[in-house]
Amino acid sequence: MANLVQTLMTTLAFGSLYALIALGYTMVYGTLKFINFAHSDIVVLGAWTSFTLATWILPWVGINPRAQGDLIPPIWVAAVILTLAMAFCGLVGFLIERFAYRPLRKAPRLNVLITAIGVSLLLQNLGQLDVTIRDLPLIGRYLDGFLAMIPGVRMLCDQHFGFGAIPQKMPYLLPQWDLFTISLPSAGGHTDVSLTLVDALIIGASAVLMIALQFLVFRTKIGSAMRAVSYDFDAAALMGIPVDRVVSFTFVFGSVLAAAAGFLYSLKYPGLNQTAFPTWVLLGLKAFVAAVIGGIGNIRGAVLGGFVIAFVEQVGAFYLGADYRDVYVFALLIAILLVRPSGLLGSNMREKV
Amino acid sequence: MACHLLAANRTLGRFSRLIFSTATAAIFAISLCGCKSETTKSDASGGGAGGEIVLGHYASMTGGEATFGRSTDNGIRLAIDEINAAGGINGKQVRIITYDDKGEKAEAGTAVTRLVTKDNVIAVLGEVASGLSLVAAPICQEYGVPMVSPSSTNPEVTEKGDMIFRVCFIDPFQAYACAKFAREHEGLKAKKAAVLFDQTSPYAVGLKDEFSKSFKRQGGEVIASEAYQKGDPDFSAQLTSIRASEPDVVFIPGYYTDVGNIAIQARRLGIKVPLLGGDGWDSEKLGEIAGDSINGCFYSNHYAPEGPDPHVQEFLKKYKARYSGTPDCLAGLGYDSAKIVCDAIGKASSSKGADVAAQLSKVKDFEGVTGKISIDANRNAVKPAVILEMKNGKPTYVTTIQPE
Repeated sequence: MANLVQTLMTTLAFGSLYALIALGYTMVYGTLKFINFAHSDIVVLGAWTSFTLATWILPWVGINPRAQGDLIPPIWVAAVILTLAMAFCGLVGFLIERFAYRPLRKAPRLNVLITAIGVSLLLQNLGQLDVTIRDLPLIGRYLDGFLAMIPGVRMLCDQHFGFGAIPQKMPYLLPQWDLFTISLPSAGGHTDVSLTLVDALIIGASAVLMIALQFLVFRTKIGSAMRAVSYDFDAAALMGIPVDRVVSFTFVFGSVLAAAAGFLYSLKYPGLNQTAFPTWVLLGLKAFVAAVIGGIGNIRGAVLGGFVIAFVEQVGAFYLGADYRDVYVFALLIAILLVRPSGLLGSNMREKV
Repeated sequence: MACHLLAANRTLGRFSRLIFSTATAAIFAISLCGCKSETTKSDASGGGAGGEIVLGHYASMTGGEATFGRSTDNGIRLAIDEINAAGGINGKQVRIITYDDKGEKAEAGTAVTRLVTKDNVIAVLGEVASGLSLVAAPICQEYGVPMVSPSSTNPEVTEKGDMIFRVCFIDPFQAYACAKFAREHEGLKAKKAAVLFDQTSPYAVGLKDEFSKSFKRQGGEVIASEAYQKGDPDFSAQLTSIRASEPDVVFIPGYYTDVGNIAIQARRLGIKVPLLGGDGWDSEKLGEIAGDSINGCFYSNHYAPEGPDPHVQEFLKKYKARYSGTPDCLAGLGYDSAKIVCDAIGKASSSKGADVAAQLSKVKDFEGVTGKISIDANRNAVKPAVILEMKNGKPTYVTTIQPE
């Protein structure tokens, strides 16, 4: 009993993260009918931006991020970091669409797909740079000398603008509290099961963001425009909908959600391992699977898919053995594709010839 | 309009094809030049009179095990600079080429192939992770270049051939040391052990198997065995299973980044028993990542930095003068491996791989930083293991366990 509740609680937290990421895949697919493979890299970028911002901001409130101990910064620090990370990733999402995907909008679908893989690799490898202003090509030395003369911004010279390629520790931004602890019967007596503040925040923040998205898509003008573009790109353009702006908005919003997922991820799993394969690829891949299982292009489907994936993964790992946790997820994908190719909530769309 | 676009598209197609074929030709030409210059260079570096001696090192300078590669490289460079300052090997200066393998198998294969075929190194140093040494060993064996692993403990590494050596103990002994410590240490005296291991790493799988055998032989019982994959973020399913089996100790033969994450999650799930691990834990990052969660946990290692041995103290002083921080065991093993290789090259009758290997197999009672090193018939070193305890995020010496 205790173990089941524990597993379900992990499912809820992990499912929220998958759902947030899956939304980005599904929104882009909905409007442009292509898979943005760079999306999982935006998630990791969100996590690392949060880390970098934390190492910059924490000294301001008198905490050494590398030797933190029990010190927890005031709550506004977490809020500021989340907002800035979301803004930064939104900007990156905008730039990617503007300069990598938009020039290829008339090109065959395959070209865009390969470009997406290229952008993904670019982000992965840029993420491994670890530079200060001094290391910039050509102007670095002069800019550094110039900044060093101005008293207020001298600290900028020693800041690292990059994440490096070694594992780092995300400082704690929230107290490590248990919100509640219940004692449940288990095989050998009673076991405590507790919900941590971080888990509660993950579930709560994801729910708020998903409801906001739902409202945005179905209750606002830009949402109607997004749905129109998704329904028929060319007809929407003929009706006077600024499709470029709508597509940009879709990318920005998807990236903002991804940044939020990355931030929450770094709070829950503070040992950030930038180059590890499962972090970079599997997290995004499973979220993509979630979007497909729910019915790609369908927003509620992506949320449902996220929780289904997390459930299969966690319950499978606990009851059948963790050795094959990825197998359960991908086996489910194959099963769904065989039985219901359009996904759980996807509508059956006939391909126009 | 559409017609116009199409025409533009077609010209673009022809144009890009032209660029492509030019580029291909250029690359081909460059690669030809490259081959030629390599051969001339190899004549100079291959150990001819007045040349220099080139050693290769492949290491994880970036990636999840980055501190392994960096520490080892620091140790090797410290040793090489000392040798060069003292006049080199028989008057020749030693140069070391380091390639990053990012902690990945494919990259390790490429790096080592480049070292032995392009750079024509006399000997290869590396890797820390056994999984990567296992990739590189057959390549070195095939080309007849001696390879000395500073710290790969999986027994299979040196079984790849007579060119492959190591200067550290092997996992069956390390597992024995861990099991003996778990069974006999005052305040631990574990009867039931759970194991959580990285199923993608030959090091972790080998160590887990050996530990389970050894722990049973010494009267203990392994009651749970769970697997994870390197870099997994979440371990709650495995840890919930382990918690349900109520072990006295949890053995985690993994690398430090994962172990740090595991420790945090284990404590949060209410697993209070000590965690125990192997030399894969040895990195200053472990304490940084895991914080308080790792305190009171133990791991076996090759040397203890605060040991009274004058060799260790001297090495510590030299290392701290040049780099920041305390050297971990990988720096010490890197230092020892470079010294041993240079020593063997100096004694060998020629710089041919077989001659150097013959000298390497004769190493006996070499006074290293990490203890006395003697290479046995299986090209492994026989050394005692130390057990360290994490206290306030820093490893502290507990005890030494001698070979069986």
